[in-house]
Amino acid sequence: MNAPTTLMEEDRSASVRPHLRERLVVIGNGMAGCRAVEEILARDPNRFDVTIFGAEPRVNYNRIMLSPVLSGEKAFEDIIINGDDWYAENAITLVAGDPVVSIDRATKTVVAKSGRVEPYDRLLIATGSDPFIIPVPGKDLAGVVTFRDLDDVDKMLSAAEKGGSAVVIGGGLLGLEAAHGLSLRGMKVAVVHLMPTLMERQLDEAAGYLLKTELERRGQTIVTGGDTAEIVGRDGHVSAVRLKDGREFAADIVVMAVGIRPGTTLARAAGLEVERGIVVDDHMVTSDPAVMAVGECVQHRGNCYGLVAPLWDMCRALADQACEQPSGYEGSVTSTKLKVSGIDLFSAGDFSGGDGAEDIVMRDASRGLYKRVVVRDNKLVGAVLYGDTADGSWYFDLLRKGEDISDIREALIFGQAFASGGALLDPNAAVAALSDDAEICGCNGVTKGKVVATINGGACSLDAVRSTCKASASCGSCTGLVESLLASTLGGAVQSGPKTMCKCTSFSHDDVRRLILEKDLRAIPQVLQELHWTTPDGCSSCRPALNYYLLCAWPGEYVDDQKSRFVNERMHANIQKDGTYSVVPRMWGGLTNPRELRAIADVVEKYNAPMVKVTGGQRLDIFGIKKEDLPAVWADLNAAGMVSGHAYGKSLRTVKTCVGSEWCRFGTQDSTGLGVKLERMTWGSWMPHKFKIAVSGCPRNCAEATIKDFGVVCVDSGYELHVGGNGGIKVRATDFLCKVITEDEAMELCAAFIQLYREQAHYLERTAPWIERVGLDHIKAGLFDQPDTVKRLAARFRYSQTFCQDDPWAQRVAGEDADLHQHMAQVRPLQLEAAQ
Amino acid sequence: MIGDWLDIGPVDQITPGTARTLPVLGGDEIAVFRTQANEFYALINKCPHKQGPLSQGIVHGNVVACPLHNWNISLKTGEALGEDKGCVPTIPLRVDAGRIYLLRSAVVGKRAA
Ligand SMILES: Cc1cc2nc3c(=O)[nH]c(=O)nc-3n(C[C@H](O)[C@H](O)[C@H](O)COP(=O)(O)OP(=O)(O)OC[C@H]3O[C@@H](n4cnc5c(N)ncnc54)[C@H](O)[C@@H]3O)c2cc1C
Ligand code: HEM
Ligand code: SF4
Ligand code: FES
Repeated sequence: MNAPTTLMEEDRSASVRPHLRERLVVIGNGMAGCRAVEEILARDPNRFDVTIFGAEPRVNYNRIMLSPVLSGEKAFEDIIINGDDWYAENAITLVAGDPVVSIDRATKTVVAKSGRVEPYDRLLIATGSDPFIIPVPGKDLAGVVTFRDLDDVDKMLSAAEKGGSAVVIGGGLLGLEAAHGLSLRGMKVAVVHLMPTLMERQLDEAAGYLLKTELERRGQTIVTGGDTAEIVGRDGHVSAVRLKDGREFAADIVVMAVGIRPGTTLARAAGLEVERGIVVDDHMVTSDPAVMAVGECVQHRGNCYGLVAPLWDMCRALADQACEQPSGYEGSVTSTKLKVSGIDLFSAGDFSGGDGAEDIVMRDASRGLYKRVVVRDNKLVGAVLYGDTADGSWYFDLLRKGEDISDIREALIFGQAFASGGALLDPNAAVAALSDDAEICGCNGVTKGKVVATINGGACSLDAVRSTCKASASCGSCTGLVESLLASTLGGAVQSGPKTMCKCTSFSHDDVRRLILEKDLRAIPQVLQELHWTTPDGCSSCRPALNYYLLCAWPGEYVDDQKSRFVNERMHANIQKDGTYSVVPRMWGGLTNPRELRAIADVVEKYNAPMVKVTGGQRLDIFGIKKEDLPAVWADLNAAGMVSGHAYGKSLRTVKTCVGSEWCRFGTQDSTGLGVKLERMTWGSWMPHKFKIAVSGCPRNCAEATIKDFGVVCVDSGYELHVGGNGGIKVRATDFLCKVITEDEAMELCAAFIQLYREQAHYLERTAPWIERVGLDHIKAGLFDQPDTVKRLAARFRYSQTFCQDDPWAQRVAGEDADLHQHMAQVRPLQLEAAQ
Repeated sequence: MIGDWLDIGPVDQITPGTARTLPVLGGDEIAVFRTQANEFYALINKCPHKQGPLSQGIVHGNVVACPLHNWNISLKTGEALGEDKGCVPTIPLRVDAGRIYLLRSAVVGKRAA
């Protein structure tokens, strides 16, 4: 074991002589390969003769620090881990710049590109991983680079010297670090990311949104949901990246950072067991006992890793085994930090939530903070931190150790300092102990003394406090404190205020609608952050409501969030109890013609619809259509000139008419014609709930206008307008709103009333309960108090309609959201069995 | 090993926060979910309440709200949450190198059931 150095030297020079020491050959001069050698040397410096092959023509360096080298924060010399002296001192032969091209396990030799043949007793494969290149046209053009080694960095730096634009494909850790580096080097950078959220494997939607906003603020263009179609070239060099949706981004360099694949080529060719990575046991030994593997190229207990932390434990287990003191590696829990200066971001563990998992969320919009910890069975199982990562290592430690956190649960989210201070008093008592001049509400500068005085002055609910002294009326982050003060000041006499929107927030619908406008909130994740939602991504009750409120507040700008819609609105058809859909084409004012009727009849036969029915709203309803057939059905109906009837939407449903003066002997006005005009004006609009209109030609009211949301009853002298009727569970006759003289006035008032309803009602509140809640006087005041409000409301309605009157069926027929109508695959068990 | 698992395609076929369906000839249709946090789950596409197609519900956290009567179903266990009682079978799923695999015996086994 203790062979003198001289003997070793002799040995190397004459390789024909039998070796006294085992020959260890390492393929890969990277982080894991060299670390493994270090660990072995530390245990037994004389056990092996070590030869390391490295594809890169340089010594061992810290790969993760390539990012700061790219951004200019570090130089290559700063990131060398083991320089030439290390190899010399430990008598390690380094063969750099000469990759191994094959392994012959029978003769126990490896062959390098230069032809050099090296025999081994033990082989260690540490080939790391290869960047994944997406197979798009143009991927081989000059100027397309990956981000893996120093050569890649050099290529990026020489491109950056000339300035210009860079496109980074991939918004994960590597891509964002590349983008950051290139933009610090003065390039104009666009990041194209396939998924809707940046770093989606490490971040939840909320943190991803904050990150995106910050990067955009720094001048990067961030495209999420961007699917690259082609890398466009000019004279053999990249010039732009084109997306499938047609957008194009100029590029003097394209960095492909979409992921990595374990480097398994050599191992596979040598016949070792390889799945996704090289399969190793707990001692890092492959299917051949003489061959070990370590690092990103391995697959251990089904996992492949792409971070350095697991390497250290792997290398320890490997060295223990190689030196005959086997210990074993049991897999790693990993955490991620983004190395972009000025952005603090940390994530670890499992933050998918759900079952028995409790999310604790803290948001502080003014400081740009988002913290979320996930607890299951009294253990911390995941954490996402944005804006302040000081407690990251503490959380990570709790997570890895799986400690019981029940004692510190309440304070967990506030971090280590708070939780371990033993401060875990009753929160009410803690607030009561604050001094009178302690600030409770930072947004409105309200002190504890003022809040208590307000409560003593008669404000007995959260809402009363909010409206009286403004505490907690803006961002809501101090709601908990105000509630504590209410409890400690009034004891049991606290009144609950208006219902909150859902369990995710302390705000009511009205608060949320007001704050969306006041704080200029334009996306669901932004609302959740700014209004301190207590859940990471809302729930099935607030998401659809927020989607509607934003759509209503920002017509033409807000991009509808499909996944926040109930099934019917997502599928543009009505789901039935057997999971099929019914289809109702629009028939303007209840009128139809032979061409439409023929098309409907044909559809019924072609798709075997089991039933067709005349509806209460004067439409034909085709039942039993499968989701896969919907686009084809719509295409046929479109061809006959029919569009979506929106029988599925929280939107204008139907305008029911009677035959009116054109045919009926009692008719006073053209009720049918007015109905058609009203329907042309209002179709396609999104509303808090469904909305029905009817027009009757005389007070006999055959179209039942007085149980509609908006009803017109024609009389000789003009048009009587009625609102707030409902024929559902609780029948309510309309309230008479006013009488107008001309059709145009009737149209204008209809538009104004709808807009008032759209802007003020709560989501899922029909006009009837809305009017019961606010009172008819409020509606009349809202329309008539100022001389021009009707005009202004109507104008806002008409403006928002300019974005809504595209037939959604035609869009689907043209291929939009095709996924929603197609199965992802089909399983045919008989064939499968035959194939086995 | 791989033979036990049925490759049903790449992960990016499913937008986060949504589900897609997989009919099984002679068996129950399967719904494959992808949550906002990028977790994948597979369940029989039938709500334990009245067989609503869960694939069409709103996904929040790793829960889906059934499109028919809004029962909340855990994607992990298939159990109805809250006051509601019932359970839908889940199918073991794994994601490997960007592709989704279902446990073949669980998929095909459903045919006999
Ligand atoms: C820019 C960048 C930033 C990163 N940031 C972080 C971070 O912040 N945190 C973190 O945990 N991880 C980070 N990583 C990941 C981390 O660097 C890797 O997990 C780690 O380097 C893996 O070590 P390895 O030895 O398995 O592979 P590598 O370090 O890649 O070493 C493999 C070596 O083998 C060589 N090789 C391959 N094939 C052959 C062959 N046939 N013959 C000879 N030699 C061969 C390669 O040239 C390479 O030098 C980052 C990676 C990059 C590229
Ligand atoms: C005061 C009593 C009423 C009288 C005198 C009356 C008379 C008429 C007349 C003359 C027509 C036109 C028929 C035609 O020639 O096509 C008609 C149509 C109709 N009536 Fe009445 N009606 C009365 C009340 C009602 C009521 C209360 C309802 C339903 C609640 C009703 C429902 C209808 C319907 C659905 C139509 C067909 C309308 C259309 O689609 O054009 N009627 N009625
Ligand atoms: S409401 Fe009057 S005009 Fe219209 S069909 Fe009935 S009776 Fe005729
Ligand atoms: S069928 Fe799912 S909730 Fe009723």
